[in-house]
Amino acid sequence: MAGLELLSDEGYRVDGRRAGELRKVRARMGVFAQADGSAYLEQGNTKALAVVYGPHEMRGSRSKALHDRALVNCQYSMATFSTGERKRRPHGDRKSSEMTLHLKQTFEAAILTQLYPRSQIDIYVQILQADGGNYCACVNAATLATIDAGIPMRDYVCACSAGFIEDTPLADLNYVEEAAGGPQVALALLPKSDQIALLEMNSRLHEDHLEQVMEAASKACKDMYAVLDQVVRDHVHEVTTLLGE
Amino acid sequence: MLTSRTFLKRTRAGAVMKVVREHYLREDIACGAAACEQCGQQPGEPRLEAQPGGAASSLCPAPHYLLPDTNVLLHQIDILEDPVITNVIVLQTVLQEVRKRSAPVYKRIRDVIASPEKHFYSFTNEHHRETYIEQEQGETANDRNDKAIRVAAKWYDEHLKKINNEETIQVILLTNDRNNKEKAVEEGLTAYTCEEYIKSLIANPDLVDRLACVSDEGKEIESGRIIFSEHLPLSKLQQGIKSGIYFQGTFRANRDNYLEATVWIHGDTEENKEIIIQGLKNLNRAVHEDLVAVELLAKDQWVAPSSVVLQDEGQNEDDDENEEEKENTLKSSVSKNMLRPSGRVVGIIKRNWRPFCGMLSKSQIKEARRHLFTPADRRIPRIRIETRQSSALEGQRIIVAIDGWPRNSRYPNGHFVKNLGTAGDKETETEVLLLEHDVPHQAFSQAVLSFLPKMPWSITEEDMKFREDLRYLCVCSVDPPGCTDIDDALHCRELENGNLEVGVHIADVSHFIRPGNALDQESAKRGTTVYLCEKRIDMVPELLSSNLCSLRSNVDRFAFSCIWEMNHNAEILKTRFTKSVINSKASLTYAEAQMRIDSSSMKDDITTSLRGLNKLAKILKKRRIDNGALTLSSPEVRFHIDSETHDPIDLQTKELKETNSMVEEFMLLANISVAKKIHEEFSEYALLRKHPAPPPSNYDILVKAAKSKNLEIKTDSAKALADTLDKAESPDFPYLNTLLRILATRCMMQAVYFCSGMDNDFHHYGLASPIYTHFTSPIRRYADIIVHRLLAVAIQADSTYPELTDKHKLADLCKNLNYRHKMAQYAQRASVAFHTQLFFKNKGVVNEEAYILFVRKNAIVVLIPKYGLEGTVFFEEKDKPKPNINYNDEVPSLTVEKTTFYTFDKVKVNIMLDASNIQHQKIRMALVEPKILGSDVPNQTTELSTNSEPEKKKKKLKK
Repeated sequence: MAGLELLSDEGYRVDGRRAGELRKVRARMGVFAQADGSAYLEQGNTKALAVVYGPHEMRGSRSKALHDRALVNCQYSMATFSTGERKRRPHGDRKSSEMTLHLKQTFEAAILTQLYPRSQIDIYVQILQADGGNYCACVNAATLATIDAGIPMRDYVCACSAGFIEDTPLADLNYVEEAAGGPQVALALLPKSDQIALLEMNSRLHEDHLEQVMEAASKACKDMYAVLDQVVRDHVHEVTTLLGE
Repeated sequence: MLTSRTFLKRTRAGAVMKVVREHYLREDIACGAAACEQCGQQPGEPRLEAQPGGAASSLCPAPHYLLPDTNVLLHQIDILEDPVITNVIVLQTVLQEVRKRSAPVYKRIRDVIASPEKHFYSFTNEHHRETYIEQEQGETANDRNDKAIRVAAKWYDEHLKKINNEETIQVILLTNDRNNKEKAVEEGLTAYTCEEYIKSLIANPDLVDRLACVSDEGKEIESGRIIFSEHLPLSKLQQGIKSGIYFQGTFRANRDNYLEATVWIHGDTEENKEIIIQGLKNLNRAVHEDLVAVELLAKDQWVAPSSVVLQDEGQNEDDDENEEEKENTLKSSVSKNMLRPSGRVVGIIKRNWRPFCGMLSKSQIKEARRHLFTPADRRIPRIRIETRQSSALEGQRIIVAIDGWPRNSRYPNGHFVKNLGTAGDKETETEVLLLEHDVPHQAFSQAVLSFLPKMPWSITEEDMKFREDLRYLCVCSVDPPGCTDIDDALHCRELENGNLEVGVHIADVSHFIRPGNALDQESAKRGTTVYLCEKRIDMVPELLSSNLCSLRSNVDRFAFSCIWEMNHNAEILKTRFTKSVINSKASLTYAEAQMRIDSSSMKDDITTSLRGLNKLAKILKKRRIDNGALTLSSPEVRFHIDSETHDPIDLQTKELKETNSMVEEFMLLANISVAKKIHEEFSEYALLRKHPAPPPSNYDILVKAAKSKNLEIKTDSAKALADTLDKAESPDFPYLNTLLRILATRCMMQAVYFCSGMDNDFHHYGLASPIYTHFTSPIRRYADIIVHRLLAVAIQADSTYPELTDKHKLADLCKNLNYRHKMAQYAQRASVAFHTQLFFKNKGVVNEEAYILFVRKNAIVVLIPKYGLEGTVFFEEKDKPKPNINYNDEVPSLTVEKTTFYTFDKVKVNIMLDASNIQHQKIRMALVEPKILGSDVPNQTTELSTNSEPEKKKKKLKK
């Protein structure tokens, strides 16, 4: 018999969600005092930590400086203990440099970089536990960290993945669903303007289905926005009460 | 909505790995009861009736829902499928376990759940907040699942009490596990065993017979003597297999000796590939086709395969001494070099039981309710069943399923499933041969039919957008008479530049059968349409096969077209594939098409088109044959069936017309073109068909036979074979060439489907093509549907899906397709054999001319060209003195009492029907000419010899 049933006839996925439902999202902002901005985010069992420094002067080679906007420097890494098998993950392997590049592209599109010419913004993200949707968790965590750092952005960047199994688009895939090998779309969206910051797709999907899957992904991104927004508001509220307002 | 989650740990084979998975518990899962107001909106209809009717039970007269546990579902699916049983709650826990343990049962229960009149509801208890439980420390998975079932039952019980109804609906837990039942009763649940409940059904006493008798452990202790040694548990077997103490293999019972079997060892070990198991105790309750673990016996206990024929006939179970005596007869006097590795079965890895066809052997005691059942397949042991309707079942073909084989029982226990009808009836026998060849032939389930297009169906604008409109072309189809599933049509026209455009249009079945749905799964399972003499078992529902997909004339139909531009030398200049809409102008039979081509007066478009095709086909055929394609022959017969009685009244060998080969030629061309295209696009996932070259030794018999007629057959290449076969003719023996071709066919290997990523030999030997696939008959072959999908993706006309690009899944599919095709072929042959029997039954005894096809050690195989019938003539009979037989392997020839037989000799045989064993009727042949001394042959005037005891046919084994 074929392996797991990813979507039961009753409409439940392996972990009990329905097709369009997100995993439970929990997030905290300002987890580190020394960084300019930081956030911790759990999306189901996927846990990501994001730290933002800057904007600050160019470090390292000054020749990289851009005269009209800030340079967004990203670094993605996975903790050795993040997967079932403990594994050393050197920086700069193919997967993580690709992810680094994607994050950079995403945040260059979202941050108002022209406000800080000749300076640099560093975003460091680490996956502490991987259970599918690593990129999305990273983007969401980094968004919170950037907001925590007070760096002006066009909008929140909300990311969520979507897959397509048994003719149904599924939102926010977990590891088991990802591993099944079906098509997968990762979407980073600026929810208010409906602009796409990044769109990536693995494996093949017919264009007829693309619209459905995109719809599911952007719906999921907007759901994610609602959650992130609440987190930010709660955080601000908490900070202001601490300040004694 | 999401409330809480827990973590599950799992270890996988090899390294221990911790896998953490989320598990969401929900509050929005409805209970499925129609009367329930708390559960709010549910997707779809409530499945459980507000006033559960169903069968009246004396145990619980109140309205109730049933809740079966896993074992009840697994073993008593026959009962649950009965229309009497309705309003059943199937828990997710149960479904998942069933899915893991038995795919066929899972499919059946899914079908039942899908049918609205059964009112089955599947409750996702594992994700319900109040019914989810965790596995406790030290608790086995089974105990946990039992507990989960009880918790769910309890929840239902309390939940249903809250419904405002005059009568509360009860939930009845059905479990055969005594422990579980006790615990359930303790917890205040109503629990019955399946047996208790079914017996309490007032109006339906006949259901009891269908109960599977699964003995629980308690019963086993009661009745004393233990015959068999215990089976080792699976974990121990796996350990043993790994360390090499035990061998894993498929158990194959001997057809003629119930005390002997061979086990085919899996894996690549060269030696001990085949282990012999002899004796009841060593066989240790294994049944034909089971996957077993075998222990090799010490060398001094090795035995030789016996040539004795033994049939299990004992009615009494206690005659063990008798048994031992029989076993001793096996061991008598064998030379040392005959000894083969022998072993004994230590455990069963996987049972491969299916329902078996056969007949009841009634117990001698009149009132007895336990009877033995004799399966039609002699490799299956007799099965003990319990039934009260034995007198009604006598002389009927019935189906019985095995439930288990306790250690103290000589025979396995089973239960009655279905009565097929009177033995010897045409419908019954057809049913039997379908079942015995594992041909799925039930009516399509509701779930499958729900994926059919809604009638009246018409082509919409939307459809046209993606298709080329080829309705203006003069397309026609050519098929055998009476064909309703037309899957191919052709056209040919001259282009402005002088070239010819030839199109092969294939029914676009993949448009209607979408990947992954129930319809697709069912067709994939069936694999092929099976054509029997008077019946067709469709692969896809009739609406598709005979209507929407069938390219009938003068209606618009979807097609997948393969269009070539050719010059007048039949060289392909351009190949194009497209999804299209066509409108066939005529559906012709081969004879009609031939007539049009031949008649000089006809000048219409269709005829010109046919003539063009015919001309090209001839060139194509010649080119193919020059490349070394083989023209083989097999005697095929067609029955003329009486339209009233459906009895065969005449036999006719199939006649081939030029138009047959015309259609065939273009089908081959289309298949090859498509094979190239899909392999180019999907080098890893293309589904292709190959025909391996046979090993040279296969040809020995052909070469020897030809030599005896002073002819030389070269077999070093297909081309040489084809050429020498063409030349092999003898002026005074015109039939010789056909005989040689028939013989050559027998030397060939089986053509098979395979996935291009899993193999690197693509060659099709018979067609002399480097690559080949099946594209042209999607209505009747599933392989073609996959090829259509691949091609559609290749030309960007359709979307791919994960399974299509998974070579392991594709390889599994190929395996199933090859199996189904083989079984379909056997079923077809069996059907022909059965009709031949009917034919000769009506005809009486006849003498006919025949040719010797093979010479065996104690018999000759003859072919009767008039009927295309093949049969074996034996020279030894049991009650008669053994004739002096001398077999020469070199020639080969057989000398019986001074008469010598060579291959291809012309003889005269006497044909009659041997009806002495009603389960295995067969055609018997005896030699009339040349006369052999000492063997009296019944001629036409003698009565059917009734003394032919069942032993006679067992001699067949010796070949």
